[in-house]
Amino acid sequence: MEGLLSLAVKAIFIENLALSFFLGMCTFLAVSKKVETALGLGISVVVVQALTVPINNVLYNTLLNEGALDWAGLEGTDLRFLGLISYIGVIAAVVQILEMFLDRYVPALYNALGIFLPLITVNCAIMGGSLFMVERDYNLAEASVYGVSSGIGWALAITAMAGVREKLKYSDVPDGLQGLGITFITAGLMAMGFMAFSGVKL
Amino acid sequence: MAGKDFSMLKDPMVDNNPITLQVLGICSALAVTSSLKVALVMAIAVTFVTAFSNFFISILRNQIPSSIRIIVQMVIIASLVILVDQILKAYLYEISKTLSVFVGLIITNCIVMGRAEAYAMKNPPIPSFLDGIGNGLGYSLILLLVGVVRELFGSGSLFGVQIPETVNNGGWYVPNGLLLLPPSAFFVIGLLIWGFRTWKPAQVEKREYKIMSEEGAH
Repeated sequence: MEGLLSLAVKAIFIENLALSFFLGMCTFLAVSKKVETALGLGISVVVVQALTVPINNVLYNTLLNEGALDWAGLEGTDLRFLGLISYIGVIAAVVQILEMFLDRYVPALYNALGIFLPLITVNCAIMGGSLFMVERDYNLAEASVYGVSSGIGWALAITAMAGVREKLKYSDVPDGLQGLGITFITAGLMAMGFMAFSGVKL
Repeated sequence: MAGKDFSMLKDPMVDNNPITLQVLGICSALAVTSSLKVALVMAIAVTFVTAFSNFFISILRNQIPSSIRIIVQMVIIASLVILVDQILKAYLYEISKTLSVFVGLIITNCIVMGRAEAYAMKNPPIPSFLDGIGNGLGYSLILLLVGVVRELFGSGSLFGVQIPETVNNGGWYVPNGLLLLPPSAFFVIGLLIWGFRTWKPAQVEKREYKIMSEEGAH
């Protein structure tokens, strides 16, 4: 239990997907102009991440891993090279199903999050979460915790970024730095702030 | 015709750079640039994938039903990335360990998807292929520039070869460790964009709010 808790804290703060691994940067920079939209996107990332990481974990352990197909009489089969294509397939499918499900049963939520869902398939934070899960050999419980908390970390980062940018638009920025440039510098300063967490030993 | 082909390769390098202007494919640009060798391998891998995914998607563009085109594009891109991943694991194992998840993340690199969607779906194979190479090179240019700055100042070397001898080895250069850490990548790219836009003022973004000038008051 303690291990899972420290994994969660680590995934949210110390190894923040956006600020220390630069994952999901495209959306991070493009959709962080308003706090409301940033929060909406953040929540959708948490939901999708919480679903895809455990699903990919099950997929990896029951089908792809070396020796996982022994029960079917296919001893010594190693399908790990199919990993990338399977994870992206799972992600695309989950996003599509989630979109249809929300549209049918929870229209209020669909109206709020619907526009972000297609963006999420190509968000590297989602794919990155699954790849890290495989690389670090998490079991199902760890994968579920990691999925939720890494999503929360990303949501936290994009919301904070949007807050800063909302204030920043009134300031007098040099012409060449306007827009993208100053956003990068801001993200750099935020990343530095988050690095302070890396001194925390768990 | 030759001139047009050349400009297709050159345009995305400066005037329409995927990273500094189109804001695509930034994740990996930041993550793999702390050493130049790794950045170079990544640049080659992305150029290869962009060029060939553009080529194959363009060949299939009239057969792909538009409702499932994203999935089809994904499958083509993912297969190419698997190819790259396996080649790296076989021949450059050390580097593929350093790149870790970032090779896999070429699949979700927005440059590849973006060019497939914006260009290859509407144009014949050969121009699409060139467009892919051009955008790959534009990406490589930024990646290598950032890599040079970070490795030279961060550890005093280029491609692993020591240039100014560091203090630990009896030289004079004190390496700036910050440049090897994640935040510095943001700063370097931010400043690079500033440089690019001062050079090409047409790329400057419009302000949302203007500070009022006081000229009228005096």
